Formats: sequence, C-alpha cells, structure tokens
Amino acid sequence: MENQDHSRHPFEPATNELPSKPRYRFTLDRRKFFKLSGGGLVVAFVLHDLISTGNNNIPPADESQADDVDAWIHVGEDGTVSVFTGKVEVGQNIRTSLSQIVAEELMLPLTSITMIMGDTDLVPYDAGTFGSRTTPQMGTQLRKAAATAREALRALAAKKWNTPLTNLHTENGTIVNTVTKEKVNYGELTKGKQLLMKISDNVPVIAAKDWKVAGKSAPKVDQKDFISGKHIYVSDMKLNGMLYGKVLRAPSYEAKLIEANVAKAKSIPGVIVVKDGDFVGVAAPDSRTATSALLAIDAKWEERKGHPSNANIFEYLLKNTSGEKDNGTTTGDVERGLSGAALKYSNTYNIDYIAHVPLEPRAAVAQWADGKLTVWTGTQRPFGVQQELAETFRLNKDKVRVMVPDTGSGYGGKHSGEAAIEAARLAQEAKVPVKVVWTREEEFTWAYFRPGGVIEVNAGVNKDGTITAWKFTNYNSGGAGLDTQYKSSNKQIAHVPSNTPLKQGSYRGLAATANVFARECSITDLARLVGMDPLDFRLKNLDDDRFIAVLQAAAKAFGWDKPKTTGHGYGIAGGFEKGGHVGTCVEVAVSSGKEVNVLRVTQAFECGAIVNPHHLENQAIGSIIMGLGGALFEAVQFADGKILNAGLSAYRVPRFSDVPKIEVILLDRKDLPSTGAGEAAIIGVAPAIRNAILDAVGKALNTLPLLPNGILA
Amino acid sequence: MFFNNSFFVNSKPNNKIMVLYLNGENHEITVEPDVPLLTVLREHLSLTGSKYGCGEGACGACTVLINGNTVHSCITPVSGAAGKEITTIEGLEKNEKLAAVQQAFLTTDVFQCSYCASGMIMAAAALLKKNPSPSEEAIVQAMNGNICRCGTYPYIIKAIKLASSS
Repeated sequence: MENQDHSRHPFEPATNELPSKPRYRFTLDRRKFFKLSGGGLVVAFVLHDLISTGNNNIPPADESQADDVDAWIHVGEDGTVSVFTGKVEVGQNIRTSLSQIVAEELMLPLTSITMIMGDTDLVPYDAGTFGSRTTPQMGTQLRKAAATAREALRALAAKKWNTPLTNLHTENGTIVNTVTKEKVNYGELTKGKQLLMKISDNVPVIAAKDWKVAGKSAPKVDQKDFISGKHIYVSDMKLNGMLYGKVLRAPSYEAKLIEANVAKAKSIPGVIVVKDGDFVGVAAPDSRTATSALLAIDAKWEERKGHPSNANIFEYLLKNTSGEKDNGTTTGDVERGLSGAALKYSNTYNIDYIAHVPLEPRAAVAQWADGKLTVWTGTQRPFGVQQELAETFRLNKDKVRVMVPDTGSGYGGKHSGEAAIEAARLAQEAKVPVKVVWTREEEFTWAYFRPGGVIEVNAGVNKDGTITAWKFTNYNSGGAGLDTQYKSSNKQIAHVPSNTPLKQGSYRGLAATANVFARECSITDLARLVGMDPLDFRLKNLDDDRFIAVLQAAAKAFGWDKPKTTGHGYGIAGGFEKGGHVGTCVEVAVSSGKEVNVLRVTQAFECGAIVNPHHLENQAIGSIIMGLGGALFEAVQFADGKILNAGLSAYRVPRFSDVPKIEVILLDRKDLPSTGAGEAAIIGVAPAIRNAILDAVGKALNTLPLLPNGILA
Repeated sequence: MFFNNSFFVNSKPNNKIMVLYLNGENHEITVEPDVPLLTVLREHLSLTGSKYGCGEGACGACTVLINGNTVHSCITPVSGAAGKEITTIEGLEKNEKLAAVQQAFLTTDVFQCSYCASGMIMAAAALLKKNPSPSEEAIVQAMNGNICRCGTYPYIIKAIKLASSS
C-alpha cells in the first residue's frame, strides 16, 4: 500500500498527461469475438495486421501509433450496433455524444446504438478518460469507424444487387436501391457473415453542416434510470454474500504503524480482519459492524513531525523545489526586454490546494473466482486500475477484469485505484465479494488534490501597450496552460515542481486553472499600467482568431462598454486549453461592508463543431459554477499531516445560493473539428472575478481562493 | 422484504424489530435502533436510490421524505423513522410512470453524473407539495442543502419551475 507516498501519482498533472505506450497484447481473437457477439460486421482500429495476414490473433498495437485511439463497432446480425470503448461516463454525457456521432455516420436513430464502456475484458485498451480527449480522439475514431461500417454495408448492398453505389440511398438503417426500389437493412446484410475491417482514414465522413443526429441536443441516453433512482453506481452494488469493507487509516500523513492488535475486532461475529504489512482492514456483513470492528482495533502509530501547514505552504513550496525544471518557451532575451521596458510589472500569485469532491466517493466491489479478480470501481482509468491490481496481486492482466459502471463524477480526481485494491485484498481473504466505499472524510484525506503553487510574473510593457518581456515561473501547480498566447518577443516560461506535502494530481483544467489565473490577472494589471481598457489591451496583443472571437463574443453579450453602477466592477479573462477557447466577463458588486457579490458571469465558449448544444452548455455552466468555488472560497486546510476540513460542513463547495446570473454563448464552428468541452470552461472564472474586484475597488487580490470569508480584507 | 440473516442478527443484543412504513408498504426489519435510516434503506432493504454523500447532513444526497418533510437519512436514526410515512425516490414512480416532478427533470435534461439526482428530486417534491408555485428565491432557499458538484443548479431550478407550471 502506498497511500503515504505523496510524490508519486500515476498521472502527474500536465507534464505527463499523454499515456505511456500501451504494453499489452489483446486476448480477444476473431473466433472468440464472434462467439461472444454473434456474427456481423466489426470495424476496429487494431485489425490491420489481422486483415492483411489472415492471422487469427489481434496483434499488439503498433507502438509507433500509440497516440491512436482504439475502439470497435459491431453491427450485429439483428442490425443492432454496439460500440466498444475504454472511455467511461462520469457525467460528461459522452455515452450520449459518442452515440450521436456513431448514429450520425451509420444513419441510424440514436436508440439503435449501445455503448459498451470501460470494461477491460470487452473493450480495447484506453489510457483513460481525461484531458478532454474523448471528443477529439475517441469521437474522431468512432466517426471514422462508423463511416467505414456504413460504406462496407453499402458495398455489400451494391454487390447484392449488382448496382453502382450511386444508385443507393441510405436512411434509418436501411439501404434502398433507388432504381429498383428494393430495400435491405443492415442486419440482413451482415447475417451469417463474420467480417472484420480496419478503420479507414480516408472514408468520407458527414460534414458537420449536414448532421442530423449529431449537432442536436439529444437528451442523456439513459437519463430515466438516474431520475428514478434505478441506476446502480458501484457504491450501490450488492452481490450475493457480499461483505462491507473498511480500512484502518493513519492518524496523519506518513505515520508509521507500530502495532495493531486486531483480536477484539476478530472476535466480533461475522467479521474478517486482514493484516498484511501496513494494510489493516476489516469486512463484515453490514457497514455498521465493519465500522465497529475497525474501532475495535487497537493501533499504535508513530507520527512524523514537522509537516508544513496552510500558514507556511507557499514559502515551503518555494524552498522545496525538486529541481526537475520543465521549461516552456524561451524566446529572445527576457532580461533585456525587462530592463528596456518603459513600465515594469512584477507580481506573485499563490494558489491553494483544492479538492475535487466527487459526490460519489471512491468505491469498489471486488470478487475472486477461479484465480481471476473482477473489480467494479468508479475510475477514470479502468486499464490503469487493472494494471495497479495486476501489479499489487502479482497477476497477469488477463486475470484482472475492471468494470466501470457510470460513475458519480470525477473531475480529474478519480485516476487511481485505491478502493479497488482495498476491496480486492479484503475479498481475497473473505473468499466472498467485498465492497469498499470511502467515507467523505477518507475521500478528502486519502485521495489527491489539485496542486497548490506559487507563480511569479515579471513583465515589461511599452506605453503603447506592447508587451516587451514576459517572464513566468510556476512553482508546483503544474505545466498545463503555462505558455502565453499574448505576443512578446522576449519570453521565459517555466514550471518548477516542488516536493508537495499533499498528494496531488489532475483536476478539471489541471494547472491551467492556476496558470490562466496568474496570466489573465497580470494582463489586466498591465492594461491598467498603460491606461488601456483590458479588452482592448488583450486584442492588441493577440493574434489567435479563435481566442479573439470568444473574448469579443463574451464582451458583446455582457455589455462590456455599458456604464456600471457605483461599487460595481467588470472583469474579463480568457484562454484556451484542451482545444476549448473561452472568454469570460464578470460583474461584481462590493458593498460598503466590503462584502463581494458576483452578480453575473457571461461566457463565450468555442470547441469546434458542437456535437450536443444542450450538454455543452450544461458542461460550460457546470465549469463556471465549479470555478466559482476555487475562485472564491475553496481551500484545503491542513496542519501536522492532517486535513482539517475533511467534510462537507467544513469544506465549502458552491451551492444554489452561490450561483450568479450565468449566460453562456456557444460559438459553433462547423468548419472545425469537435474538441473537448469539459475542462476549458473553468479557466476564465477566477481571473475574471479578480479583475472585476480590482475594477470595482482598486484592490488586486493575488491568492486563490480570493475571498475565503466572503469579505475583502 | 425481511432482513433475516439468522446467526448474525441474533448475535447483536441491541437489535430491535421495527416496522417501517415505506413507499406505501410495511417493512419489518431487525436492526440496532441507532443505525442511520440511509444504511437500512440501502443495505437491508436494497433501496439504493438514496445516496451517501457526506454522512453529516451537509450535501442532501440522502434526502428522503418523512411525513412529507425532507430529512437527511444519513443522520436520522432508523428508530426515528419507524411508524412514520417514509418516501424515497423509489416511491415517487407509480406503475412505472414517473411523478410529475421527475418528468420535469427528464424534460429539462438536467443532470451530468446524476449522483445528486435522487436527493434533488425528493427535495423538489417536498417543496412543490408545500408551495406549488415557488419563486426562484423560494427554490434556492428550499434546495440550498443539496449539493450538485457538477453544477447543474440552473437546470434544477428550471426543472422545478417547469414542474410547478405543469
């Protein structure tokens, strides 16, 4: 168990977001596949060697193509279409959007598509659902796969009727011979066949402007199950004979277990206890008994002293750099640019650690049968958790199956498999299935956080608003969104990791939430330094049309030019991240008692051709609201290796009463590929609020969260 | 439905037999009286629509109705619910037909991860029963104990307004 190693996380933010190359070999062969699925037509990415060699085994993916995304689509003998993907549904509504993409290309209604997601026995390897990669990568791959399938079906029909493709019309899963009026549906064409095809890169796909199923606000596909309480999340699962597991936690980070007397716990009827090295856990027929058993364990710990706390964290991060400097861009001579500037700017921003707080905490159900381990768990990386389990229990990966039912959110916070390992260890001993559901306190304490950090900005600007130098150093909060889009001939940009005292990892928008905050605050400060309007200053220093477009769209809808009430302020910010471009305007009111109210947020968002406008708007609004928390009041309080606000009564997240008036403007670029939407919409919120407060009262706040107590100091 | 896991039940001296009037039916359970109602619903009665989110009545994911009032079932001892009328999300749907408030949430296509859905809908149902045409202010006040971490609040408000107008 490595829950005390803060430095190592399978996905360090930003620096290593791309997966390592897949080290796997598919166990699914052609015969097995069709035995499993029935006959029909399969279109997959990985089958190229299979098709060319006639070999029956699907070969390992070509390492040179590690960035390519695997998925396959099966058109069954009954015409049903199943899509197999390693992506998981944690609330992004990709079960719906990917179905739309496939339905569009196959010219089928949405209801004909079944998505098989995140089951390591059934779907091809996938590095994980993160980095807003589902739509640009998996979406693109599935679009091509579905189009390949459609063209293959049309070719079968053309052959059947001995007629050219131009005489065929395809609609609603049926191909019509426009000359003879004969009809055939997909099921009839695939009946009795076992066709394997490789996804074609050159297949014609339907242009976004002609979409009929994609590009529309299709409702969440299985919404009724959620609204009626019927959907079974992992935390809801109950298998025959299943026990409820609990794990003994250290009183503070890096505490060493000296001894644990488990005799009393063991004597409770129905309880099993596992003590294996530092791991001590119990399982019982109900959760109440499991908790009693855990409390009955007499454990002695040696706690480490000298942990940093909130009081000194920023100083600590600056002093404890780990030396692996990750340089972004260096161009020109930044020192010369600074010294030659008419006006100089220098500022330091502090970023607190914040928690993801997925409403469903980590949960897993594990079951051993015939030497094979099956785990259901809510994770964004089913194959990553499969690997963790295989390593932990010294199993071949084909002896580990991980399944991810649609999960109660992640926001980048569920990349790891802690609960899966704990449930598996307990189930191994219990010889029956065991479920482990973390308490909220455990989720706050033993998961991981968005990194805290310190960002130093030094810039020079000429009186006409030209940026002459841009020096940007991020300590520990990560490299995503590090580079600037603003023109400057002299730049020096770096990310310096520190030895973090808290376990840290990915978050929605990753480090861009910190880097964009520091950059967009500084840009507004520079504008004020030269007496320019913050929007005009941005437009002068940008040449990215998409960035300019969202800033202008937001400003126009917001009424940036309109006069404001006394005590009110306007702020603007923006950026692009993970393919999404965002411009955000905020109006705040500061009362005479220095109470700050965010009155409204107007945000323009552009991520290429929109696949589902309603769900996109929902993601954008959700990002804005989540962003409000990190901007205004969310912060992890810690001291002596303990989290001091590890509960929802102490750690404040946005509620109904925190929501300002929100307007989202979606720019639909049908001429551009669809990109991710779940992350970038968060990045403009914090700097826009900070800039609005500055505009209202002339006070520049440089620490996130801006107003932990709601009042300006 | 009965919880009759023989040896285990008998081994707990504090266990009591209680009757819960739940979603229009009586359920006899044998359980320690101070076990949270949420645990009994989920573990003993396999009604998992009500969710665990915080264990301290701070997030609303476990919201059920007792005699028509919203209650955080994670901090309500089961003994406090015995003999009263308990309604969970599973009790809203009648003959596979969604209640009007559920239908309004469905039409509005509110949710992302949906883990908060049951609690939100139960809180909304209680509000609408007491105040069939709530103002936005009244909605915010009534719903403020329920957290949606995905931030779908504006859609929840829209769905409640739709339910109140239909």
